[in-house]
Amino acid sequence: MGGVHPPEQKLTAGKAIEVLPVPSVLSIPLGQALGAPSRAVVAKGDAVKAGQLIARGEAFISANIHSPVSGKVLKVDEVIDTSGYRKPAISIQTEGDEWMDGIDRSPELVRECLLNQEAIVARIKEMGIVGLGGATFPSHVKLMVPGGKKVDTLIINGVECEPYLTSDHRLMLERTEEVLIGTTILMKGLGVSKALIGIEGNKPDALEALGRLAGAYPGISVHALKVKYPQGGEKQLIRALTGREVPSGRLPLEVGCVVNNVGTAFAVYEAVQKNKPLVERVVTVTGKSLTRPGNFLVRIGTPVSALIEAAGGVPESTGKVINGGPMMGKALTSLDVPVVKGTSGILLMDDTSSARVEVEPCIRCSRCVSVCPMGLEPYLLALLSANEAWDRVETGRAMDCIECGSCQYTCPSGRPLLDHLRLGKARVGQIIRNRRN
Amino acid sequence: MTMKQLTISGSPHVHGQDTIRGLMYGVVLAMVPAMLVSVYFFGLDAVRVMLISVGACLLFEFLIQKYLLKGPVSITDGSAVITGILLSFNVPSNLPWGILLIGALVAIGIGKMSFGGLGRNIFNPALVGRVFLLISFPVQMTTWPIPRPIVAEGITDAITGPTPLGILKEGLRKGESLQDLSSQLPDYLTTLMGNHGGCLGEVSAIALLIGAAYMLVRRIITWHIPAAYLGSVVLFSGIFWLIDPTYYADPLFHLLTGGMILGIFFMATDYTTSPMSPSAQLVYGAGAGIITMIIRIWGAYPEGVSFAILIMNAVVPLLDRGLKPRRFGEAIKAQ
Repeated sequence: MGGVHPPEQKLTAGKAIEVLPVPSVLSIPLGQALGAPSRAVVAKGDAVKAGQLIARGEAFISANIHSPVSGKVLKVDEVIDTSGYRKPAISIQTEGDEWMDGIDRSPELVRECLLNQEAIVARIKEMGIVGLGGATFPSHVKLMVPGGKKVDTLIINGVECEPYLTSDHRLMLERTEEVLIGTTILMKGLGVSKALIGIEGNKPDALEALGRLAGAYPGISVHALKVKYPQGGEKQLIRALTGREVPSGRLPLEVGCVVNNVGTAFAVYEAVQKNKPLVERVVTVTGKSLTRPGNFLVRIGTPVSALIEAAGGVPESTGKVINGGPMMGKALTSLDVPVVKGTSGILLMDDTSSARVEVEPCIRCSRCVSVCPMGLEPYLLALLSANEAWDRVETGRAMDCIECGSCQYTCPSGRPLLDHLRLGKARVGQIIRNRRN
Repeated sequence: MTMKQLTISGSPHVHGQDTIRGLMYGVVLAMVPAMLVSVYFFGLDAVRVMLISVGACLLFEFLIQKYLLKGPVSITDGSAVITGILLSFNVPSNLPWGILLIGALVAIGIGKMSFGGLGRNIFNPALVGRVFLLISFPVQMTTWPIPRPIVAEGITDAITGPTPLGILKEGLRKGESLQDLSSQLPDYLTTLMGNHGGCLGEVSAIALLIGAAYMLVRRIITWHIPAAYLGSVVLFSGIFWLIDPTYYADPLFHLLTGGMILGIFFMATDYTTSPMSPSAQLVYGAGAGIITMIIRIWGAYPEGVSFAILIMNAVVPLLDRGLKPRRFGEAIKAQ
């Protein structure tokens, strides 16, 4: 149903993951997970080790944050983060490379997991694991299935349908077995015996690598999916793999599924088997004018500018820098913002491709309707939002919009459909919340 | 680090290849085969009619946008060119230029600009112009020159004659049977190629089908409206043909004559005046097919494509409101 085919532009698919040198100063935002920001448990002047807890997730939906380096806390203050707003953050000056005891940083595989379901969930919570596909939902919460709901299938998202991004692709190739062990742990944590790994057909090497090793892991199967954006959308992926459709406004739990990203599966492996908190991740740094685009293993809190330096520096022609991919990523206001748990890629776009196309009248070509993966009418919802007809925006099911951008991508009139839809969603969301209160 | 200012905008940060111009000139390109065939059969008259029609549509749009609305001029977007070509396709090749100018003025002025221009019109502008002329100048609009390939030698004066649908309607009205009429009606190959009486652009089914295939392959149009239109015509005419083949013409005859192919692929599929959801497009296409056949079989006019599409144009807002796309999660599939 719906979907578009933007040029894939996977410039870095063949680039092995490189370890980025640790920067001298890092700033680690306290709000890195979906949900409530974490509370700092260190103060200015404190000495910290790499892997030490520096902020605790106290709300039900929030996650712990650990120091990615050893050093000294410079300040607990505010920095501009990827959202473009000032947000509380802990700044740390790097000194040496001392890790907390008990963290296993060796590359040795640990296959056996002796923890029980409860202990797995507790460990994942302790290690601050969040969804690394971009939504950053705390992973332990996903494993705690509410009473009355029955989950039978774990889905691992290796689709990576965003153009340009390759961090998940590289992880599947270079940490294949770790991803599979992580999947097994998630299955155990969830109490299911079946896991489906979905990968787009444009990554035959990843399909082959995972497919070859998956045989040794009971219950895990690997599936090639049609190349189509947004195949990796949570609801789209569930349907592609199971034929089940998540009802409007509900969670995947409703159809017995829980979805995790391959990056998350890898982080779970490290947390549970190696006792390693989520302090680093793989980030694709890419763009047509970059001299050394690549995939980098980066400590959380590293400034984006350091990452771009490693990829050859900011090209003269750069007009826009995006946190994420070109379809759903967010334009950055500054290159000083830190990499966070949800940063899957940094994309540099040239001046010429940074500006939007000219807006022309809607000619009712119905392309936006036919590409919408949720079966909505973007042209109508945009018009209704512009006219502030919020009740009709709501009944038009604007809240189902996953903001994939397919409508705006395909619109021959260059209309800012998603801008209007976001506005409509924000207002309708407010109205719904007010109604509940 | 000092750097120039970064562009900030919401996602998506890339845009597909489609533009209004690209789509509109794609349609124009799809009409080229039919244009060439019309020149082959009707000679310089066809060139004259097409040039006047397109030129007048562009001129009237320019004048209205510039001097009446005092706004931006957008005549290069290709939509007025399409209207011009379609209007010329829907008139006889010997239509006096003055009448053609009136048709263009009505098409652009009333059919399109009075509703607000591109994307706002309710009715297909070319059909508005065509039907206006048909009602105002019934004689000139229904006097069709017999096609005479430009390579043929001999007489230079155009000879006029009826269209196949006209022969059928007139003959049946007089009480003749299909069998009596069959000698006067062209065979299928002739109607497919276009060597029979009719409007400029509608005579050659094959040329129009080539253009239609191009539009489908390039995804300028989708299959929904043409398939429903075609299907309902075949079904409707097929049922009556099976009931009484001596009185009712067969489906193939109906498909290959008059403005059927032109209407199905080039006019019913007009973006602005057709519905948005696939289900609404199917109903719209089927409705146009049924109305076309009702007019052809029982109506006063031999041909019903123009009226059928215009009537269905009027129903579009209702279809858009009532027939929504299938929402994701609407029906949970059985396991």
